Amino acid sequence: MISAILVMAGIGLALGAILGWASVRYRVEDDPLVEKIDAILPQTQCGQCGFPGCKPYAEAIAKGEADINKCPPGGADGVKRLAELLGVEAKPLGEGLEPKPKAIAVIDENTCIGCTLCVQACPVDAIIGAAKQMHTIIADQCTGCELCLPPCPVDCISMEVVKEDVANWKWRYPVHMMKREA
Amino acid sequence: MSRQLFTFNGGVHPEGHKAESNATPIRPMPLLPRYVVPLRQHIGAPARPLVQAGDAVLGGQMIGAPEGYVSTAAHAPTSGRVVAVAPHAVPHPSGLFDLCVVIEADGEDRSIDFQPLDWRKLDPSALRNRIREMGLAGLGGAVFPSYIKLNPSGQTLHTLILNGAECEPWITCDDRLMRERAAEIVLGIEVMAHTLGVKTILIGIEDNKPEALAAMGAAAPSGMEVVAVPTGYPGGGGKQLTYTLTGVETPTGGRSTDAGIQVFNVGTAYSLYRAVYLGEPLLSRVVTVTGHVANPGNFEARIGTPMTDLLAAAGGALDGADGEIVGGPMMGFDLMDQAAPVTKSVNCLIVKDPVRFPPRPTTLPCIRCGACARACPADLQPFEMYWFSRAKDFGKAQSYNLFDCIECGCCAYVCPSHIPLVDFFRFAKSEIWEREQEKHGADQARQRHEFKEFRLEREKREKAEKFARAAEKNKEAAATTTTDATADPDAEKKKAILQAALDRAKKAKEAVTPRNTDNLPPRVEKEIAEIEARRAQAEAKTESGEG
Ligand code: SF4
Ligand code: SF4
Ligand code: SF4
Ligand code: SF4
Repeated sequence: MISAILVMAGIGLALGAILGWASVRYRVEDDPLVEKIDAILPQTQCGQCGFPGCKPYAEAIAKGEADINKCPPGGADGVKRLAELLGVEAKPLGEGLEPKPKAIAVIDENTCIGCTLCVQACPVDAIIGAAKQMHTIIADQCTGCELCLPPCPVDCISMEVVKEDVANWKWRYPVHMMKREA
Repeated sequence: MSRQLFTFNGGVHPEGHKAESNATPIRPMPLLPRYVVPLRQHIGAPARPLVQAGDAVLGGQMIGAPEGYVSTAAHAPTSGRVVAVAPHAVPHPSGLFDLCVVIEADGEDRSIDFQPLDWRKLDPSALRNRIREMGLAGLGGAVFPSYIKLNPSGQTLHTLILNGAECEPWITCDDRLMRERAAEIVLGIEVMAHTLGVKTILIGIEDNKPEALAAMGAAAPSGMEVVAVPTGYPGGGGKQLTYTLTGVETPTGGRSTDAGIQVFNVGTAYSLYRAVYLGEPLLSRVVTVTGHVANPGNFEARIGTPMTDLLAAAGGALDGADGEIVGGPMMGFDLMDQAAPVTKSVNCLIVKDPVRFPPRPTTLPCIRCGACARACPADLQPFEMYWFSRAKDFGKAQSYNLFDCIECGCCAYVCPSHIPLVDFFRFAKSEIWEREQEKHGADQARQRHEFKEFRLEREKREKAEKFARAAEKNKEAAATTTTDATADPDAEKKKAILQAALDRAKKAKEAVTPRNTDNLPPRVEKEIAEIEARRAQAEAKTESGEG
């Protein structure tokens, strides 16, 4: 038992160390503005903005090469926050860019042939499974970017809209009879 | 009782309406044909179901196991058969369904063997574990798993406060419990004090409950002090009662335990007595049924009792009834579905009538009169928080300490413009929570993405190095052998394996979904052809990717 805990703790520490080291070693000397923009972007890495990920889009915005209304998952709220950060006028999402309801990918485990193509496609390593093993998506880590859908040769991945339940339910904006208010 | 009491700011004095339900003893309920036990009754992660439809269960059998740290167990209220583990109406302001175990009683009411615990000898952590398995959670409303609160976890606690204030109008379940079962409550308190290692034990009861004060005073041994606190809402709020009794103010964002004080509800002490002395998990609780019903009073209801049956036990709603409130009129919420069951958190069910519970008058603009701020027991400025919550300027709302709001409703109660202030605060809080969660998720995603890029980079580099080394070797060997550089000896084999896998998958898919590709319209045929083409392409890619 103790040794198992130690081994797990060891692995955890080692991975943490790698992660920490990687974040230092592979940090491109960052422009603080890019960082700030990137912090607002939703990190789905879906590429719907036309850039290969959130960071490249952030860089393009910082350079003034891209408009602020290209990220559908960020929605109107995201555009508003970018506008506030950059001191420009907020605007509606760009032509043809519609935010979709939050969804996560689900693998039909009966059909999966374990080819690992989806693992390679997932930008946030939310899929686990080794070669020829059934693959599973960790729901908590899936950002819903849909990048794993096209590569699957047996079309066994589908997107499931996240349903509202008791745990994620939110209080609504109060609708109350308001007599004319200034 | 010479203890010096402190008076918290604000608060209101709504009509008590206690007499409607506190005159008669706690009534037992008949065994019902059907119980519905939700798996999420406490704060934290829901319990994991241990049974499935068709299983036979005994009373007290664990049917939901605690999952994760902040979680606790759920149990079968009687013997019978599980007919469903499925979403069902639950008492929740949203009216959404949640996972429940539905049990059909067999009428025999058999139970598992209950094993009393030798709490003085038992190791504290073993005792807490048993309490977790017995599903104990705070019965005062917050339903926080009790075993966590019984763990001092490094903090030195010196005072245990028992909350018997019961300040909210209409509710009398703790009042009746203290009058009728004071000796048992005291035994439960002893276990709490032992586990926490506290020296001072204070039992705070509002002075509008003289009988409960007398009963608890008679039962309490030396070392437990029963204190009458002035009646006033929200005198039974954890922070308010702590201040009244000790003068200690709970800091913003902090807990009373930071100051060495732990607070439990008297009902929780009673259920701890049952758990320890009788070995019985949390199977029932006392619920007040009052308002516009024939026979108001308190009932010993098993957890899982449908609200319809609870109402029937109180003689049913009278003519002109206008919906029900779960909890009290200040902090409760409207019951959306009478099929919802009693849970560990349900202390009261009030049937409304249009006279005593008139619809909220039309809201008028805020006149910045400051009445809400004077009434706020948490010393907040509700009108400012309202202004910014309404404008969805959550950052500003938060800067007025929105999260110190205990949602007591005093501000809305006094507001001359009848603004539903608390509704706005709840809205703002849940928006902020969601944003924080999204932010957290995005940060995690960013980290994972960066790590993946780093990993790919590293793999590429390692591959390159390997190739370089291999090339070196090859050069040395090149003198003697000529290699066919393009042919991968494994390629054919790999292709065959992949094809076999694809065929298998196709078969598997056909097995689950009946084949319906005969007599298809040309459009669908075309689609299929396209999909096949895509697959072939992907296949080709795999090959080159693997080669
Ligand atoms: S599992 Fe699929 S949808 Fe989810 S993050 Fe990964 S690639 Fe995107
Ligand atoms: S791409 Fe499809 S078949 Fe391949 S491992 Fe992923 S889910 Fe399974
Ligand atoms: S009590 Fe009502 S009207 Fe008066 S300041 Fe507060 S919110 Fe405004
Ligand atoms: S609901 Fe919140 S803001 Fe209103 S009085 Fe109570 S603690 Fe103060």
